[in-house]
Amino acid sequence: MGKSIHEAVQMTNLSFSYAGAGGVPTLERVNLTVQTGEFLGLVGPNGGGKTTLLKLVLGLLLPDTGTVRVFGEPPGKARKQVGYVPQFADVDRSFPITVLDVVVMGRLGITRFLGNYQPSDYTAAQRAMEQVGVWELRKQRLGDLSEGQRQRVLIARALTSKPRLLVLDEPTASVDSTAEAAISSLLMRLQGSITILMVSHDIELLNSHSDRLVFVERHVLPIPKGQMLFTGRFRPREK
Amino acid sequence: MKIIGKVHHMQEFFVALTSYSFLQHALVAGILASVAAGLVGTFVVVKRISLISGGIAHSILGGMGIAYYLGFSPTKGAVVSALVAAMIIGLVSLRARQHEDTVIGALWAVGMALGVLFISRTPGYNVDLMTFLFGNILLVSTEELILIGVLDGTIVLIMALFYKQFLAVSFDEQHARLRGMPVEFLYLLLLILIALTIVILIKIVGLILVIALLTLPPAIANHHASNLIHMMLLAVGLSLIFNAAGLVVSYQLDLPTGATIVLIAGAFYLLSLVSHRFDGPTRLRQSK
Repeated sequence: MGKSIHEAVQMTNLSFSYAGAGGVPTLERVNLTVQTGEFLGLVGPNGGGKTTLLKLVLGLLLPDTGTVRVFGEPPGKARKQVGYVPQFADVDRSFPITVLDVVVMGRLGITRFLGNYQPSDYTAAQRAMEQVGVWELRKQRLGDLSEGQRQRVLIARALTSKPRLLVLDEPTASVDSTAEAAISSLLMRLQGSITILMVSHDIELLNSHSDRLVFVERHVLPIPKGQMLFTGRFRPREK
Repeated sequence: MKIIGKVHHMQEFFVALTSYSFLQHALVAGILASVAAGLVGTFVVVKRISLISGGIAHSILGGMGIAYYLGFSPTKGAVVSALVAAMIIGLVSLRARQHEDTVIGALWAVGMALGVLFISRTPGYNVDLMTFLFGNILLVSTEELILIGVLDGTIVLIMALFYKQFLAVSFDEQHARLRGMPVEFLYLLLLILIALTIVILIKIVGLILVIALLTLPPAIANHHASNLIHMMLLAVGLSLIFNAAGLVVSYQLDLPTGATIVLIAGAFYLLSLVSHRFDGPTRLRQSK
């Protein structure tokens, strides 16, 4: 047995800059630890580096300097333990695919490589769809759904692999109030059972669910518990 | 009277079909081509890579011309050049996407220029360049039919084994990558399948019209299918109908078969597009 890992995510002295950005770092000297089971909310201005930070956790980007560890491993090796819900349901509406076909894709990397999915994959997909409340939509073409329904389908896809870490990037952006309430209630149910990393501009949503909030604008700064964010004007000073 | 005349023409075609092996070969080639075109063309449409497919198709003339000049079967030359073109375009697309358009254009033009050059320098110059450019389904030999059958079998087998990965990569490449799928390998494999399908289709409609048969049946199918499997099956069925109808019509009216097949497919695409535009908003309303 290997040693028990309490840190779901650990970033140490991490810096990252995009090629063509003239060497200006998007993230600089970031130190961040997320404990297993914790719900961490990330806020900050557009272009501040929130999505970049998530992509570094997912291993889609590699840091220039510093390290990222997810459950003690490099992100590329920990991917199967991570579920990801992208920034918005930016899917090709003309793509002919049913809701069930999308959700079962969460089993890729777990199911056998060649051939079709196994019955156990469909069972896992059904469980996730029932959890998110989209099972009744399973036969519908994804492009025929509303934005909110599509977002819930992508959350179900992320949960199908039974991840230990769920990464959500603006899950309630461009969804209606009904879908927002459904997502909020789902987050409440998930809270504590898995580690959650969520970027959002929805301060109310973050305040109600997250254990801790950080502000991302090139650096990552903790927001003291109790600090009001309802105005959306919070801007901590860098020490 | 007109209907009786049409029935008579159809009977005439079927009598000829039982008598002439070239017509039987044409029908079998059409069936095999439809299976490959429907399965692979579906991914060309949903992944929106018809320009890449066009580049592969046109660069094939170089391989065909060189093979013909050296005394080999042009179809075998087509297989080699299609695979080389697919790998070049695929690697450029993955490693230096900003140069993709230029490389496709270069392969497209250089391939055709090489083909014209070698065909013109072939001693005797008795090959009809038009056959390569516009195909001739009525000239499919038994050897070529066997080669097409082997290519078709390979395509169906790979498609069956990798279907879920191809679907995942086409729908959401980033998610497929996160789930540990070898995205680059799958993309190159898909381009290889497209290359092999193009080789088959060139015998039917020629390299100029190949994109039509690769994209029109799946594009029509996409208007009516709820998932990718439905789209593939519908595309295969439509392709079969267009090939068979094109063969019958061109035989009766003494028209070029490849062009007739493509025009029938084009007419159906137009009809489907118009009906889909009227039908689309209704379907969206119903789903709310």
